Amino acid sequence: MNGSSQDDDGTDPLEGASESGLSKRRAQLDRKLKDLHVAEQAAVQKSHRSATGYAQAVKISSEFIAGVLVGAGIGWVADEWLGTSPFGLIVFLLLGFAAGVLNVMRSAGLVTSQDEQISKQKSRKDGP
Amino acid sequence: MSNDPIHQFQIQKIFPIEVGGMDFSFTNSSLFMGLTVAAASAFLIFSTSGRGLVPTRMQSVAEMAYEFVASMLRDAAGTDGMRFFPMVFSIFMFVLFGNLFGMFPYFFTITSHIIVTFALAMLVILTVVIYGFMRNGMKFLKLFVPSGVPGALIPLVTAIEIISFLSRPISLSVRLFANMLAGHITLKVFSGFVVSLGALGAAGVAGAVLPLGMTVALTALEFLVAFLQAYVFTVLTCMYLNDALHPSH
Repeated sequence: MNGSSQDDDGTDPLEGASESGLSKRRAQLDRKLKDLHVAEQAAVQKSHRSATGYAQAVKISSEFIAGVLVGAGIGWVADEWLGTSPFGLIVFLLLGFAAGVLNVMRSAGLVTSQDEQISKQKSRKDGP
Repeated sequence: MSNDPIHQFQIQKIFPIEVGGMDFSFTNSSLFMGLTVAAASAFLIFSTSGRGLVPTRMQSVAEMAYEFVASMLRDAAGTDGMRFFPMVFSIFMFVLFGNLFGMFPYFFTITSHIIVTFALAMLVILTVVIYGFMRNGMKFLKLFVPSGVPGALIPLVTAIEIISFLSRPISLSVRLFANMLAGHITLKVFSGFVVSLGALGAAGVAGAVLPLGMTVALTALEFLVAFLQAYVFTVLTCMYLNDALHPSH
């Protein structure tokens, strides 16, 4: 509080100079804040990546198992309703495997999500 | 209490209630769910009741929790997603407090039962589906048809995408449940070793130091997992809500 009132007093005689000084200071602070933010995000990403291999294992295996289970479940229900046993189970179990692999690749970041693909295609079209 | 590592997950009826042949008993699971909600609400109400401009320690913890979830949701689903903030924040606090409550000795871990985590996951997915259709109408179905796929492959790819979507609630619930269940069983097994080895005499007591150290380390790991799983559950919730808001990408 005390410092700011002193600043106000000091601005009166040389207004322009202090204003440019203020804007310089503001830019400096902005830069500092940005640097801090970038460092923070890098730290978060780092901790995210190294978040215990055990958690990663459970995450990826649950993705795969869920895909297979849902595929098998759909196939079984289809067989019950349509009487197509055992073809529904076979077909949907295989589709479930594919979905499980897709889930795993997505969660591991090996397959780009759709929007990234689209932006990549756009840039490829625009580029050459 | 026996040395049985599974015993801690048994559901016990506290007040048996039966309505029309259905079992609506108040169990230890219901008790701890109630306690979780009460503890989370009490924590937030009491820590923010001061409303200090300079927060006290508890108030800044509550504010950090708010900021944490809010920035997570904003990053994943944009400012549009903030309308889901009450739901996402409730889910985060419920899962976090449920996980942490499970770390008290003799407490029941609600998130170690798949029906609890599955109910939470279904809440999220049904919100996504219902809100997605309400907001986007039939365009929501674009989520299942990736663009740039050759015509002949579209039925196959769409089927795979639908199965992949349907597997979300399952993987979401299985992940939380499996982490809590496995962690608590491991903890119990290692602490069981301490007791059984300690009963073998002097050499046994010397040997029991190893599983004791392991138990201490595992307890720390379990606290980490409790936070991490609440975080993962919330992050995925935000990502799925983003699909409801912007299905066509």
